[in-house]
Amino acid sequence: MRDENIAMDDIDRKIISATQTGLPLVRNPYHAVAKELGLPAKTVMERMQAMVKNGIIRRIGIIPNHYKLGFKSNGMTVWDVPDEEIDRLGEAIGKLGFVSHCYQRPRHLPEWPYNLFAMVHGKTRNEVLNKAEQIGEIMGDLARAHDILFSDAILKKTGLRLPQAHNSNKE
Amino acid sequence: MKHRADLPILDSANRRIINMLQGGFPVSESPYQETATRIGISEDELLWRLEVMKTDQVYSRFGPLYNAEALGGAVTLAAMKVPDDDFERVTELVNAHDEVSHNYRRSPTPLNMWFVVSTEDKNGINSVLSTIEQETGLKVYNMPKQKEYFLKLKLFV
Repeated sequence: MRDENIAMDDIDRKIISATQTGLPLVRNPYHAVAKELGLPAKTVMERMQAMVKNGIIRRIGIIPNHYKLGFKSNGMTVWDVPDEEIDRLGEAIGKLGFVSHCYQRPRHLPEWPYNLFAMVHGKTRNEVLNKAEQIGEIMGDLARAHDILFSDAILKKTGLRLPQAHNSNKE
Repeated sequence: MKHRADLPILDSANRRIINMLQGGFPVSESPYQETATRIGISEDELLWRLEVMKTDQVYSRFGPLYNAEALGGAVTLAAMKVPDDDFERVTELVNAHDEVSHNYRRSPTPLNMWFVVSTEDKNGINSVLSTIEQETGLKVYNMPKQKEYFLKLKLFV
C-alpha cells in the first residue's frame, strides 16, 4: 500500500472494532483477534502495544460491576472550590482509594456552583456519606459549598460509542 | 449452581483476579498464563473463573478501554432539571438518542437527570444537546470535563 498512514489507521481501526467489546477468553487472545481480522498476530500485538503507549488505550483490564461486588451505593460528590486551588485539591482527592473518578467541570451560576466532581463508591449510603466527610476534611474551609448526588435509578447503561470503530462499522 | 442473584460468591482467588486485573493486562503471546502465574492459579482456572464471573455479571467487560477523545471523539456529562410528573416522557426522549450511553436519576438536587453523551466529533455534542432541548422543552446543562485528576479505578474487594 502506498499511503502508509492510511494503512496504519485502517488496521488500528479494525483492531479497535474487534476488541472494544472485550478480549476473547482463550489461551492466545491476540492470536484469536488476529485470525478474525486476517492479520499476523505480531501486527495486532505491536499495534496494541503502541496504542497503550500513546494513550489511545487507557488500560487493559476488567470493568467491574460495582453493584454486583457489593458496592451498592454511589455518590457523586460535588464541590465549589476556588479555581486557583482546584488542581491541588483535585490531585489530593483523586488519590483516595474510594474515589473512582475526579474531574473539574464548569459551573452554571447561579443554579450550579460546583466545579469539582468526585465519584465515591460504598457498600451503603452511610459508607458513602462517611467517605464524603473524609473528602470534606481534606477540603477544609476551601469548600464553599458541596452536595452529594445519589443515584436513584439507572435509566440507561450501554457501552460508550467509539468514533473510529463506529466509522468502520459503516464502511 | 445457583446463588442469590445479587450476591456473587467472591472467593479469594476471584478477589485476587479482580484486584489484579484493574489494569496492566499484558499484550503478549500468553497473557492469561502470565496473569495466572502471578495470581497463583492455572491458566485454565483463570479462563474458567473469568467466564463464570462474566456470566454472573461480576464484571461488565474485560479488555482494552479505549480513550474516545484520543480517537477524535467527544464525550460530555449533561444534566437536566426534570419535573417529577414529566420524568417518564423526558427519559424516553433522552434515551432514544444512541449517543446517550448512560443516564441516571439522581437526588437530592434540582438537577435530577444526569447523562453521558458521546459523539464522533465535538460539534456532534452540541447538536445532540440542542436537539434534546428542543424535544423536551427543558434546558440542558453541559458539563464537559475540563481536567481529570484520576481515572484508574482502585477497587478493593
